[in-house]
Amino acid sequence: MTSELLTTILQIMEWKMDRFEDRPKIKKKVFNVLVECLQNLYHHIDENMDDLNTEQNEMNSLFMIAKSEGDYTITTGNYMKLTEVGSLKEKLDLINGMSKDELKEFYKQVLNEGTMSEKGTAGLGMIDIARKSGQELEYEFTPINDNLTFFNLSVRIEE
Amino acid sequence: MENLKLEGSAKTPTVNFDSSKGTLELKGRSIPENSIEFYKPLNDWIDAYAGSPQSSTVVDIKLEYFNTSSSKCILDLFKQLEKLNEKNTQVKVNWYFEEDDEDMAEAGEDYQAIIDLPFEMIEVEEI
Repeated sequence: MTSELLTTILQIMEWKMDRFEDRPKIKKKVFNVLVECLQNLYHHIDENMDDLNTEQNEMNSLFMIAKSEGDYTITTGNYMKLTEVGSLKEKLDLINGMSKDELKEFYKQVLNEGTMSEKGTAGLGMIDIARKSGQELEYEFTPINDNLTFFNLSVRIEE
Repeated sequence: MENLKLEGSAKTPTVNFDSSKGTLELKGRSIPENSIEFYKPLNDWIDAYAGSPQSSTVVDIKLEYFNTSSSKCILDLFKQLEKLNEKNTQVKVNWYFEEDDEDMAEAGEDYQAIIDLPFEMIEVEEI
């Protein structure tokens, strides 16, 4: 996942949505969630590339978007170190346990008090995805070997 | 001082900062993977403008999309303007959002809650 590939996918998706989606509100939500999901992949792979122990195939990632009866599901997947699973799972469960108002407060707190990494990440991606989708974030960790797992995230956008 | 004009791109907004008018406009989309680099010249321009600002400064935010990387940079920009507001210019923020775009309206409310600047929420048909 490079910056150029990301731009291309977004352009294709936007073009398709312009043609096949006539609800501007849904179109915007889908585009917003797409940006955050794809940029999560981008940053994750970018970090892995800095680590010389990363095997080439660990940088592969998955992206799917499905439309069914007007609802969209965006699925992304990437390999990650087993050691990173705990903190991500904790964050996702925390987010999933929050009401709409709690998510809003949490977002504002992280926005105001959090710091930005050199890579330009602000720790807000998952919170934003959950707010925009308004649904629970579905996820799965599939163990690959002693130190790798495959992380799957599915985000639903309903009217 | 010179004005700051940047043409918008697939991932960055059009920037139009005019020191003689005291108007700062961001328009379009702000979705770069790393926003820090893009926003740095904007922060620098505001620092320079702070030296001799107009009596009133109007900030027009007309964004169609922005990502979470940008949201932090936009907050920092508002924080810079918040400091400026205590000095010799009255800063006002106009937050534009498209009809039915509750997410963008809510994003404006989030900033309004954090930042001590007058915000006006302006609903338009199309940005």
